[in-house]
Amino acid sequence: MMEIGLSHFLVVSTIVFLAGMFCVLTRRNAIGILMGVELILNSANLNYLAFARYSSVGYDGQMFAIFVIMLAAAEAAIGLAIVLGIYQTFHTIDVEATDTLRL
Amino acid sequence: MQDTAHAAHQAAIHTVSYLRWIPLLPLIGAAINGLGGAWIQKHLGKKVIGGIACAMPLLGFLLSLRAFFQLAGLDPAERTLLDTMFPWIHVGNLNVDVAFQVDPLTAVMILIITGVGGLIHIYSTGYMHDEPAYWRYFAYLNLFTFAMLTLVMGDNLLIMFVGWEGVGLCSYALIGFWYSEWANASAGSKAFIVNRVGDFGFMCATFLLFWSLADVGHPTLLFREIAEYGPLLEGHMFWGVSTVTLITMLMFVGATGKSAQIPLYVWLPDAMAGPTPVSALIHAATMVTAGVYMIARLNVLFGMAPATGAVIATVGAATAFFAATIGTTQFDIKKVLAYSTVSQLGFMFIAMGVGAYATGVFHLMTHAFFKACLFLGSGSVIHAMHHEQDMRKMGGLKKWMPYTYATYLISTLAIAGIPPFSGFFSKDEILWKAFSSGHQFVWFVAVCAAALTAFYMFRSVYMTFDGENRSDEHTREHLHESPFSMTVPLMVLASLAALAGFLNVPHALFGDARFDAWLAPVLEHGGGHAGGHGDAHGGGHHVEVIEYVLMVLSIAVAAAGIFVARAMYKTGSMSPDRLTGLAGGKPYRTVFNKYYVDEFYDATVIRGTLALTRVSAWFDTNIVDGIVNGAAWVVRMASAFNGLVDRYVVDGAVNGVATVTSLVGGRVRRLQTGNINAYLYVAVIAVVGMMVARMW
Amino acid sequence: MTEISLFPIVFYLLAAVTVVSALGVAFSNNIFYSAIALMGALLGTAGLYVMLAADFLAVVQIFVYVGGILVLTLFAINLTSRIGDVSISNRSIGRLPSLLMLGLVGTVMVRAVLGGGWNLVDVPEAEPTIATIGNGFLTDYILPFELASLVLLAALVGAVVLSRKELKEERG
Repeated sequence: MMEIGLSHFLVVSTIVFLAGMFCVLTRRNAIGILMGVELILNSANLNYLAFARYSSVGYDGQMFAIFVIMLAAAEAAIGLAIVLGIYQTFHTIDVEATDTLRL
Repeated sequence: MQDTAHAAHQAAIHTVSYLRWIPLLPLIGAAINGLGGAWIQKHLGKKVIGGIACAMPLLGFLLSLRAFFQLAGLDPAERTLLDTMFPWIHVGNLNVDVAFQVDPLTAVMILIITGVGGLIHIYSTGYMHDEPAYWRYFAYLNLFTFAMLTLVMGDNLLIMFVGWEGVGLCSYALIGFWYSEWANASAGSKAFIVNRVGDFGFMCATFLLFWSLADVGHPTLLFREIAEYGPLLEGHMFWGVSTVTLITMLMFVGATGKSAQIPLYVWLPDAMAGPTPVSALIHAATMVTAGVYMIARLNVLFGMAPATGAVIATVGAATAFFAATIGTTQFDIKKVLAYSTVSQLGFMFIAMGVGAYATGVFHLMTHAFFKACLFLGSGSVIHAMHHEQDMRKMGGLKKWMPYTYATYLISTLAIAGIPPFSGFFSKDEILWKAFSSGHQFVWFVAVCAAALTAFYMFRSVYMTFDGENRSDEHTREHLHESPFSMTVPLMVLASLAALAGFLNVPHALFGDARFDAWLAPVLEHGGGHAGGHGDAHGGGHHVEVIEYVLMVLSIAVAAAGIFVARAMYKTGSMSPDRLTGLAGGKPYRTVFNKYYVDEFYDATVIRGTLALTRVSAWFDTNIVDGIVNGAAWVVRMASAFNGLVDRYVVDGAVNGVATVTSLVGGRVRRLQTGNINAYLYVAVIAVVGMMVARMW
Repeated sequence: MTEISLFPIVFYLLAAVTVVSALGVAFSNNIFYSAIALMGALLGTAGLYVMLAADFLAVVQIFVYVGGILVLTLFAINLTSRIGDVSISNRSIGRLPSLLMLGLVGTVMVRAVLGGGWNLVDVPEAEPTIATIGNGFLTDYILPFELASLVLLAALVGAVVLSRKELKEERG
């Protein structure tokens, strides 16, 4: 496997995605969940760039990746603000404790 | 300018660029008053707010006149103006632009909306003068005008749907305008929810129409293409039912919601919680006629579905009669007018059902004039009476309010169908079309409803304006005629209500049915299908003797209604108690309580929904939780018994088995745990399911 | 020729850093270590971006993610856990079923990746991309670009409103 191609990058991004997904699914700490989301976004970006490089979509992939990073920044700011809000209200950020909206 | 592909092969369409301003002007007005209204009101005064709000529909009216005269100058077959603003949705087969079109039918509608709407705006400046949230009111009113114009001017079903939803939203906002009172807010919600039921039918009809047109090779939602390709659907079947019948039935479901027909009429009487000019504009003149407009617009499809036509005529007749009976028992002056509106809309649907589309639209127009005038007149009374709406506390008001009385009386004569006022021409035409198309029973019910109409409308006149004044001292001292900003619109509307009938004098009365001829280019496709009688179509030029007989009969019936009302409520020679006491008073109480329909809906639909949620909750807590907990318990017992197994394996087994069980039931329990991880699980499972389904 | 032989080595190195760090984020029991591992993953990904001829993206990645988001995350961790408290922990729930399900997802995804069928082109020579991206922002992507600024503004305001303390007392 000397020739590094598209599928190598895709496999790496798949693994990063699965790690992020695992984080999101299993963490009880809200910040942990947010970190998982960041990993997922990163893996998506890796896909965008890999396709921009190796297939015929051209620089559009890079533009999309920039917008994804922009949205990730906005998401992180809002998400962490919400986490702080939750912490002020519940004095914990364990997502299992913050279920007062259920029936 | 956008040169659309459609314009290329349809030479009959004239592209113009000023039509967009007709709906956009009110939108601009709504934006100004909605965003900066609080500031303007505080610093520049209410006059500026009212000025902006009134100018927009009036400018729109001028533009509408321009469009009207441009249309009139064209050859009848080419009377379509189109203004494409920008491409909207171009996906696959679906090509929809934001485009406004004006053809003869739309021209009538926009003249009514901007004309009557403009008058009501002017009236509102007087009526709402003491309202603190003046700017909010006018922002909503302008927004409504925008939505309604969008509804009638859209050149495709999607734009129409945008307007359709927009008017519903504005109606909701204006019914609940004085939202601090719970009853008003809940009336708004009721209107919104009931309308939503109808909207669902509208949406399903749109989807089905697009799909079936695609099936015959012409996917489109443009009205002019529907008119062109609609006939291709003849014989097209969907699940063993004629597709056109299904589409038109669903469309009619949408129309029953918006236009307050049985069974979805219940919201309209409650909608009287809003300010009275709102009732006049939205719940009498414009929005509630959207269903009628929609049927007229899609008359090609409705013309192909005689079964739907029969249903529409029957529902219309039933509504007309049913609402009229309730109207005879109400004491709230606005409630009387509300049930009267429901009843008159029933008349319009009779016309639509028997295929007399032009007649229905004509009644829509005359009704807009006289019912707006009646509502504004009642608003003038309510204004003078310090927001007292009970007619038992009025009486003798003609002494204090001569203009209001005169205009109210003229409109009442019009709605009762007394010649030569406009209601006579339109209502009598509907009755004749129903009879001549073979719907004698519908005709009979409608005549009864017409008699009741004359009765309850004159009952309201006599109770309000005649006899002794029954209000308390304080109110009587302050009785006054309304300011000119209110009486001038009344006078304009009353003269329209008196004279509009001459636009469409039937051939039987040596007229030339000009209004029918004007609408013929749009409506000619569907004429006279329903009973198989060729002369149900407005162009039938030979006159039958029976038409005169029926005409005289309907005048006589109306006169009888007036006479009974006079005997009961003016001269007192006949006591209403004799009727109310009939059969122990039971029939009267049933009618007075509106046949208990609201109670029926409350007991069945609303309580049913609530009960269902309780059953689900019980099932969730007891059965589903029980299964999951039970499974976990069984596993735990087994693992405790099997103490040799490593602690980790046991934990793993408990978790594992519980989760495996959860694939069936456990995650259902988790659906509403409030736990983020659980929600994410569901999402991931769904994604996995989709991926697996896609890959294999 | 040395370039060709170096490329796979660098790739495997960066991929290893990225993957190991990502797994560290996922499996570490201490949220603080998770955050540090996240930095490794982000830096590794930035390196991979360079290998994909996306120099500008790599720099943005380091600036925004490592310099911005990660620092923000560390702040949040420290703000939401009292010192000396055990709640810095990062306990997890339902690891086994998650692993099973993600295994399934991973199988499907790898199948898709190795299935091929991509519309591949010859890899062009790597060039600086800043000019292209800058042109793109002001021509083809002008509308998303402006919208993005609005979104960021909204996020800014939203974050301030959300994290303001004693909201209720002020309204009083």
